Amino acid sequence: MNGTKAVSKQEIDNALITRHTPEVYNALKNARVAVAGLGGLGSNIALMLARAGVGTLHLIDFDRVDLTNLNRQQYYIPQLEMYKTEALEEQIMQINPYISVILDAKRVDEENCLELFKDDVYICEAFDNPEAKAMLVNILLSERNDTFIVSGSGMAGFEKSNSIVTRRVAKRLYICGDGVTEGHFGNGLMSPRVTICAAHQANTMLRLLLGKYDT
Amino acid sequence: MICINGERFDKTEINLNDYLNGQKLNVKRIAVELNGDILPKSEYDKTVLKDGDTVEIVNFVGGG
Repeated sequence: MNGTKAVSKQEIDNALITRHTPEVYNALKNARVAVAGLGGLGSNIALMLARAGVGTLHLIDFDRVDLTNLNRQQYYIPQLEMYKTEALEEQIMQINPYISVILDAKRVDEENCLELFKDDVYICEAFDNPEAKAMLVNILLSERNDTFIVSGSGMAGFEKSNSIVTRRVAKRLYICGDGVTEGHFGNGLMSPRVTICAAHQANTMLRLLLGKYDT
Repeated sequence: MICINGERFDKTEINLNDYLNGQKLNVKRIAVELNGDILPKSEYDKTVLKDGDTVEIVNFVGGG
């Protein structure tokens, strides 16, 4: 980017170590997280995890940036029409260019799901479609015995902030959201509540990476 | 006692499919947790909940 001072890996590492302590820094640097869906939830989650210093991010979304996304998704006008995977990579590189980013501009379905996530253990489910959410959770949790999923369900509109919660609903499944507020005409997805839910998911993922499984 | 989504049923057996049908849930949008693990969809129609089972049915809503 024009006018940007080059920052060395050592400088970024030192800054993160100062903020997070060496233990937390190392655990996050060595971690890999998949973000499935890069809309309002996923774009926010990926950037939060990048800022936290998660070393490898696997970003999955088939879609391109559209003007109607900008009310809540972390993209900018110059990125319109770009694949969301590539737009997000561009932003992550401006936060920490030493993060490994693996991009899959693909639609996840029942056929490719196990293959796409074969190298992922920690997964943030951030799809828009409820059937896609259920599909991912059902396949990756019932056909694998090692995956953890942090999912989002119910974050539309401008209901109360505090109705968004994180629950551990199964040994390897956490769900963030109010569980009921679906996005639809007249009650659309809006930045604050979607971002609150994304932050719940990102923080839950950090907790898992740092060995805090909650009850 | 069988516990489904926090509600206690004073029964020794509940057929899972019958329960799901009674709730009018869209099976494509749910995940069923039985005693801590996600139950494969292929098991729904052969699962009979037993005394002591704890079940959580997650009904995903759209938006993300």
